[in-house]
Amino acid sequence: MSTTSTRAAARLMVAPSVILLFIWMIVPLAMTIYFSFRLYRLLSPDRTGWVGFNNYVWFFNSPDFWTAIVNTLLLVLGVLIITVVLGVLIALLIDQPIWGQGPLRILVISPFFVMPPVAASIWENLFMHPQNGLLAAASRGLGYDPILYLESYPMASVIFIVSWEWLPFATLILLTALQSMSSEQLEAAEMDGASALSRFRYLLLPHLSRAITVVILIQTIFLLGIFGEIFTTTQGGPGSASTTLPYMIYKQALIAKDIGRAAAGGIIAVILANIVAIFLMRGIGKHLDA
Amino acid sequence: MARAVTTQRKIVYTAAAWAVGLLIFFPVFWTILTSFKTEASAVASPPEFLGADWTLENYADVWARSDYPRFFWNSVVISIGSTLLGLAIAIPAAWSMAFVPGKRTKDLLMWMLSTKMMPAVGVLIPMYLLFQWTGLFDTHIGLILALMLMNLPIIVWMLYTYFKEIPGEILEAARMDGASLRNEIIYVLTPMAIPGIASTMLLNIILAWNEAFWTITLTTINAAPLSAFIASFSAPQGLFYAKLSAASTMAIMPILIVGWFSQKQLVRGLTFGAVK
Amino acid sequence: MGQITLKQVRKSFGDVHVIPGVDLDILDGEFVVFVGPSGCGKSTLLRLIAGLEDTTSGIIAIDGKDATSLPPAKRGLAMVFQSYALYPHMTVRKNISFPLKMAGMSEAEQAAKVERAAKVLNLSSYLDRKPGQLSGGQRQRVAIGRAIVREPAAFLFDEPLSNLDAALRVGMRQEITELHQQLKTTMVYVTHDQVEAMTMADKIVVLNAGRVEQVGSPLELYNRPVNTFVAGFIGSPKMNLMEGAEAAKHGAKTIGVRPEHVEVGSGPWSGTVMLAEHLGSDTFLKVNAGDLGILTVRAPGEVHVGYGDHIQFGPQASKIHRFGPDGKNMS
Repeated sequence: MSTTSTRAAARLMVAPSVILLFIWMIVPLAMTIYFSFRLYRLLSPDRTGWVGFNNYVWFFNSPDFWTAIVNTLLLVLGVLIITVVLGVLIALLIDQPIWGQGPLRILVISPFFVMPPVAASIWENLFMHPQNGLLAAASRGLGYDPILYLESYPMASVIFIVSWEWLPFATLILLTALQSMSSEQLEAAEMDGASALSRFRYLLLPHLSRAITVVILIQTIFLLGIFGEIFTTTQGGPGSASTTLPYMIYKQALIAKDIGRAAAGGIIAVILANIVAIFLMRGIGKHLDA
Repeated sequence: MARAVTTQRKIVYTAAAWAVGLLIFFPVFWTILTSFKTEASAVASPPEFLGADWTLENYADVWARSDYPRFFWNSVVISIGSTLLGLAIAIPAAWSMAFVPGKRTKDLLMWMLSTKMMPAVGVLIPMYLLFQWTGLFDTHIGLILALMLMNLPIIVWMLYTYFKEIPGEILEAARMDGASLRNEIIYVLTPMAIPGIASTMLLNIILAWNEAFWTITLTTINAAPLSAFIASFSAPQGLFYAKLSAASTMAIMPILIVGWFSQKQLVRGLTFGAVK
Repeated sequence: MGQITLKQVRKSFGDVHVIPGVDLDILDGEFVVFVGPSGCGKSTLLRLIAGLEDTTSGIIAIDGKDATSLPPAKRGLAMVFQSYALYPHMTVRKNISFPLKMAGMSEAEQAAKVERAAKVLNLSSYLDRKPGQLSGGQRQRVAIGRAIVREPAAFLFDEPLSNLDAALRVGMRQEITELHQQLKTTMVYVTHDQVEAMTMADKIVVLNAGRVEQVGSPLELYNRPVNTFVAGFIGSPKMNLMEGAEAAKHGAKTIGVRPEHVEVGSGPWSGTVMLAEHLGSDTFLKVNAGDLGILTVRAPGEVHVGYGDHIQFGPQASKIHRFGPDGKNMS
């Protein structure tokens, strides 16, 4: 199929996307690195100059920064654990012989299609709201004072909301993988005398491991950049209790309008993402099919 | 042990599964329900389920507000625009990678995947500044570009996996039947690729509509889509719950419905073809 | 029309020399079968003739003209693929008329030719269906129809019956042979099934690791195999090949006797029956003959022998093939 002319044409056709993505990666990244070493505040644009690592030092010295790092990791790990564990269980449940599997799937995957600000808004106002929320009403009905979820447990609340949003994704992927499992293998195991638990442990789980790997990989990519939910509900507060690294950088950039600092924060975020990516790729990236 | 599943087991599983499903879906259901209540009914305590006062006025009110239609329209323009632009760039790329693969093709694909791993905050500063300097800030074009760049790796990958599934023999048959490259693309390749392209388009519209980082940071009033609108509408002090619910319902309904029909595309697209 | 000549045709994929060098003459109107084990290069050779792959060196001539650098569309050949390669989004009618459309024929002419091809292949009632709605055998016929309308110089078949079930295969085999008798066009047919080769071919080309082992009519290959490979490949069940003392007795490194040329009841050999298959029309025996090894015997009719029985048997004297140390036939 490939002659020299088709190969030249092929290279031409790939060029735009490669060039665009390349520029998209290199140019902004280079600019961010540049700005991270400079003093540059939008509110006082005349005061500018080279400040070396000062912006980075500011971050490392700021207690909010370490809170943000911890929160970011908490968010990612928390949502991963919740969605994968629950996802496997729910996928197993839906895979059983039940009536109405089609409509049920539609119900279960719905949260994923709700845009993050709306999801956050729903939970914040209709459920977690101390006066008018459903959960508050339930607490009162049971005789307790309503819990101020977003004030007292901001990070946990955010993790909960994000988990609700991403659980359908994990469930759907795992369910698809489950249903691709050959029933003959399971029947053979049953004839060999394997219990349901054994079948799960030795057959289903290894088969699912590839899908779980993919879920973890993809979700991590998206979870490191979670923004809309926090912006809508807590704005990183109270204080910086629910500030993650992306949100902290956003605050520096668009609220404090300190370009230099925000740029340094951005570089730190990129480094963090690369570290996570290396761990991921080494541990589980080999399952991806190219 | 009897091979047939007992009806009793089926009932138990069905009940459990549906309980879980309804629980997960409940927040969406509650929002839709609340959107049809009067404001007073929406904040009533204890909460009212079936006995509430029903009305359609919330939808009329929200839609009549001069800004809501604009936000809705912005969402439409940005989602479809970035998708079409992305397809225009990605289709030739995916075509050539699927049918004329070189030694570098696999590396190229993995590199594209890795660009998605870079956190958006890493380039927030330059994007923000560039957009301000070039006047792209708060414009449709600007946002279409930003979202297209964000989703390009997914579009390319998804198209690549669909194109790879077209049997090479059919294209060879076309060649033996006397078709030039142009005819091959027009009469054979494109018709066979259309389902894949449609699926990719669907998934990308969903992703663009729901995007909540660039749509918030790179807009203020003119090009702000629904995500920005809802995000800044938070915590309305309990006075506009029903209207908030109506606004939310309208914001998510299109994608909810589209999404219900695109489960397969979702799985393929977001796992970069690893799970089909 | 339909004469194909290959001169020193070579094909390498990088360092892998799939076809080290082939010379072949295909005469106009011949039914030529390329046969050989998996990976012997028969499909590659076909694709080289079709123009779907470029030769590394050598000349392919069609009707006396050098076609080596011509693209597939310009060679005047038609190919039927193993997977049929029908256009799934087009009706049967459009599938068959596609090559005519590519050639710029008028709609009226296209319609006429399609109708004719459909009649020959019994497809008239399926013309408006899509390939997905057809059975395997019907799809096969559409693929053939698409090839016929082009009125090519030669038809190329790439293992066309491999995807059909056994009963269908026999029927289609006969249909293709009848088609050949009707159209009298050259047909080049690739298969790994030597029964198909024997029943359909005017001329068989036996390939092994890209090399032509022997070219000849089916009976030539059956009666006078040029080496042990061809002897063992053609004929079912396989020829019995023996080395050692027995071969030395006949002055050869290896001797071969076909199972159907072995007589049971008397003879210089003896052994124990390991397996006996009674088909009524024939009896197949697997005999452990000690130093001679395990031999297969095919006897006509019913032979009342079972597992564990000792029998005497021996070859028909005129049917012993003798092979030298290089594997070549010594006659």
